[in-house]
Amino acid sequence: MAKAFFSKQHKRLLTDPMGDQNPITIQVLGICSALAITTQLENALVMTLAVVFVMISASMLISIMRNIIPSRIRIIVQLIVVAALVALVDQILKAFLPDASEKLSVFIGLIITNCIIMGRLEAFAMGNKIWDSFLDALGNAFGYGWILVAVAFIRELFGSGKLLGYEIPGLQHLYDHGYMNNNLMILPPMALIVVGLIIWIQRSRNKELIEEN
Amino acid sequence: MNKESNTFTFTFAIIMVLIVGTVLAVTSEVLQPRKIKNEKDKKMIDILSAINVDATRINAQEKYTEFIYDESVINNKGELIEGSAFEVDVLFQNRDKTILPKDKKYPFFKAQKDGSEYIIVPMAGTGLWGPIWGFVSLKSDYKTVYGAAFAHKGETPGLGAEINTPFFENAFENKKIVDDNGDFVSIKVKKGGADKESLYEVDGITGGTITSDGVAVMLEKTLKVYSDYFQSKKVNTQTDSLKLDTVNINLITL
Repeated sequence: MAKAFFSKQHKRLLTDPMGDQNPITIQVLGICSALAITTQLENALVMTLAVVFVMISASMLISIMRNIIPSRIRIIVQLIVVAALVALVDQILKAFLPDASEKLSVFIGLIITNCIIMGRLEAFAMGNKIWDSFLDALGNAFGYGWILVAVAFIRELFGSGKLLGYEIPGLQHLYDHGYMNNNLMILPPMALIVVGLIIWIQRSRNKELIEEN
Repeated sequence: MNKESNTFTFTFAIIMVLIVGTVLAVTSEVLQPRKIKNEKDKKMIDILSAINVDATRINAQEKYTEFIYDESVINNKGELIEGSAFEVDVLFQNRDKTILPKDKKYPFFKAQKDGSEYIIVPMAGTGLWGPIWGFVSLKSDYKTVYGAAFAHKGETPGLGAEINTPFFENAFENKKIVDDNGDFVSIKVKKGGADKESLYEVDGITGGTITSDGVAVMLEKTLKVYSDYFQSKKVNTQTDSLKLDTVNINLITL
């Protein structure tokens, strides 16, 4: 019997990585870029879009080729596909979004080493059909993305008193009463702490996620 | 066909690399004009920021032609040489150790704003983690700083990275690079705070000492060359000002 176009399993492929299988908060992958580029919301959004594009395209390409990729060189093939897509994204950003490209600088190139992407290619796309791989990639990319955006939101708001580079209306009133931006928010350790807080909230809501020891 | 055979593996790898290479080469080639334009716009914005003119990527060209009316290149002895100032990449010159000092080019730009003339000098140096660079503008006496704009590749946020904030850059205004006797002194970036009365020093950045020192070294080694040229040139300063018709047409059409 042919599987339904969008079955329950399909839905889980999409929703699990957003929550209980989240690549950042549960699998603790892709932490490096999550720390580095989340000082501003705009960077986090551009990075998310870049990762969504790379991840979906790479997953689908690998899935299409999964039956002909010689298993001895499969990791290299995956790497070349990801690297080529990242190079494309980098070129496109340089041409059309030069300011964002400048701010993200090396981190776009480092998408290649993002363990989430290689992990999903090797663990999922190599053994599943295109549609399933697409959903899995979409779910994981957005699972990565929403954490990035959430962290960047908190860090930009409390660290710079801005969102997407715009001043928050009425914040001047708070400054007049002695409120100050928290400079620590801009520094990398705070990203780790914010991610830690998200992990804490997530685990206190779902006890199954807590390891035995 | 056996997909685990050596022949298949090699064929697969070769075809794959060819396809990927072609796609990337074509994309790079197609997008090249846009990338070059973006880099030029960015450079214009940086140059203009040294005379406190805010430009965006949209109006960079327009503002650049409005304010900048001439450009020249000198060598390390302070002699005028041929070449397009805008095309000189001072960052590259700073990085590439194979370029001999005598082959280095020192470009500068002449600007006119609100009826006054300014000379804008680009510079490059080394911070703590990587390159730093900037543009400093001098008033028409060739001694007094009008504005400064610095940038960096990856200095520590909150510490060395503060060199591109107004708090640091604005301190350079009205400082002098030449003392009353006409000797070159540059501007020192002082750890622990500059003497308030001094015309030759600014406050360093707490926790950003190495970056601050990098700025001071960059200023000294670059401004020295220009200072030599400007001193020798001083006599005929007035005569060659206001040559608005010397706008470099090449630049505008790029």
